[in-house]
Amino acid sequence: MNIIVCVKQVIDPEAPPSSFKIDAANNKAEMKGAPPVLDPYGEYAVEASLKIKEAKGGKVTVLSLGSGLMREVVKKPLAMGADALVLLEDEAFTAGDSWSTAGALAAAVKKIGQYDLILCGREASDTNAGQTGPAIAEVLGVPCVTLARKIEIADGKAKIERVTSGGYDIVEVPLPAVVTVSNEIGEPRYPTIKGIMAAKKIEPVVWKPADIGIDTSKIGAAGRRLKISRLFQPIHEGKCELAAGETPEELAANLALKLREAKAF
Amino acid sequence: MADYRGIAVFCEIKGDKLLPIAAEGLGAGRRLADALGQDLSAIVVGSNIAGVAPQAIMYGASKVYAVDDPLLKYYQADAYVNVMEKVVKQIMPAVIIMGQTDIGRDLAPRLAFRLGTAVTMDCVDLAIDPESKRLLQTKPVYGGNAHAVFTTDTNPQMVTIRTKAMVATVPDSLRKGEVVNIPAGLQAADIRTKVINRVLEEVAGIKIEDAQVVVSGGRGIGGTEGFKQLEELAKLLKGAVGASRPPCDNGWMPDTVQVGLTGKIIAPELYIAIAISGSSQHMSGCSGSKTIVAINKDKEANIFRYARFGVVGDWKKVLPAFTAKIKEMLAS
Ligand SMILES: Cc1cc2nc3c(=O)[nH]c(=O)nc-3n(C[C@H](O)[C@H](O)[C@H](O)COP(=O)(O)OP(=O)(O)OC[C@H]3O[C@@H](n4cnc5c(N)ncnc54)[C@H](O)[C@@H]3O)c2cc1C
Ligand SMILES: Nc1ncnc2c1ncn2[C@@H]1O[C@H](COP(=O)(O)O)[C@@H](O)[C@H]1O
Repeated sequence: MNIIVCVKQVIDPEAPPSSFKIDAANNKAEMKGAPPVLDPYGEYAVEASLKIKEAKGGKVTVLSLGSGLMREVVKKPLAMGADALVLLEDEAFTAGDSWSTAGALAAAVKKIGQYDLILCGREASDTNAGQTGPAIAEVLGVPCVTLARKIEIADGKAKIERVTSGGYDIVEVPLPAVVTVSNEIGEPRYPTIKGIMAAKKIEPVVWKPADIGIDTSKIGAAGRRLKISRLFQPIHEGKCELAAGETPEELAANLALKLREAKAF
Repeated sequence: MADYRGIAVFCEIKGDKLLPIAAEGLGAGRRLADALGQDLSAIVVGSNIAGVAPQAIMYGASKVYAVDDPLLKYYQADAYVNVMEKVVKQIMPAVIIMGQTDIGRDLAPRLAFRLGTAVTMDCVDLAIDPESKRLLQTKPVYGGNAHAVFTTDTNPQMVTIRTKAMVATVPDSLRKGEVVNIPAGLQAADIRTKVINRVLEEVAGIKIEDAQVVVSGGRGIGGTEGFKQLEELAKLLKGAVGASRPPCDNGWMPDTVQVGLTGKIIAPELYIAIAISGSSQHMSGCSGSKTIVAINKDKEANIFRYARFGVVGDWKKVLPAFTAKIKEMLAS
């Protein structure tokens, strides 16, 4: 099994919302004081790939596109157990949309060559788009299954449990295919000491646009189809009335009274 | 570009009924169609769906494109993408609206890239730019910490809309419309991915998406035992129990009751959040609730920025007393 997992470096989505700031001039956001992290759903995708590798053997190649990629961030999947790391690292790759990002990732997949399965997160924590996986599938002309909570490989096919609002569907897809992974796959494993040591020894392969034979007009900001015209923070006027009281009983009773006064139940 | 005209809404159905998200899509579509001075149409895809078209007309579509084929009985990605590609190429709408649902999440990006255009997922606001006449597509990003407004130069302009974010049209049974049947033209071999089973894990009682009162617990509840106490309160208020993601990830609660960006989007009359910090991703799923109440031991917790009423305290002490007091009030 040759598995390619796509992961992205993002601003920390779990940092307190109060540290979230917008740079309106550039339509960009940051988490003040929090270092960037691996996109959580990408991490679930890495976990999914390692589960398959454990069951079936094979090679897991991690693919990440961006600029200023911090090695301790993008090497985390290696420390978790992945085998190789390919970075599409260049200013020209950045500020893309799902389309231009997927185009570059698909070109890199072609250059990597052999693949049975391409895994992505169900949605990145910054874009909340959930499009890159399906877009890669369309570019490569392979089938795609989204929102996987379980992936089993047998006889050149993947049997996938796809999360639905009422439970899950069991879907069968021939390989090669693109699959996007949801958190129901199970918590990503922690890197082990051994894994961290092994990751130190693996040098990432870094490709520029020319290396994957893609024109810079097709990637990053230049290749966008979705134009962003404004980025802003919605306002919540926080006027919470806290119930008063010395004891939990008083607090509880006062809360209940407030709710009744407001006819909330 | 001038060839693309009108608004088309992909209407999801269950059995032979239009789903609420379809009515919301038609509501949003109607407003855009009026702003552009163009037509609103509906696209319905399924098997044995002759009864659906009149409903779409009632909800504001002046034309309904129906694709009725046994191969379309259930959603299968390849079948639906192929059929929608064909329909869209025939009707060439300026805008396509779908729901951010199990189907929309999967179908919309595939279709957009197949058609050589883009899609904005999970929009909470749609408007027509008065100058360019292009669609302004507002969607939450960064887990709801920010909203972005997108436009595209490619056609058709595609969006999915968040559940309960758009106002449905008031149905009118006197509305007239035309039904156009389009053959699916599918071969079984076109369908590479196959759904071989559908498993429902519905919880007993009222579903959280239908409940008027939802009592939700977070990581701070600590386990299944704690959720039993939430159930007691929910029962008393004739509501349902929900959860943030950690209790679902930990198996304390089924995944189907997760509230949030990647769970259910709900808007009950009363949402009681217990030991939930109020992450932007969680609030994406419940900020439309009429009244939010928080019980949290951390007075700095983000949930208090959304809550109308709250208690700062340990839920283990506060909740039993609160439930008892509510019981007493309901009895008198
Ligand atoms: C792309 C993406 C999508 C996501 N989608 C969702 C989603 O759909 N839904 C969702 O919920 N999350 C989602 N998350 C996760 C989200 O970021 C948070 O991690 C999660 O919501 C936190 O859940 P929580 O509030 O229960 O836990 P925590 O943030 O750990 O908060 C626990 C709270 O409990 C309080 N507490 C603890 N003990 C007690 C006590 N005894 N009494 C009173 N209070 C107590 C604490 O003060 C704290 O505020 C998503 C994340 C990403 C990146
Ligand atoms: N720049 C990137 N590099 C590698 N993978 C990416 C990148 N952007 C998105 N992905 C993958 O696509 C998933 C969904 O992203 P999105 O479509 O932006 O929501 C992510 O969870 C990643 O697995």
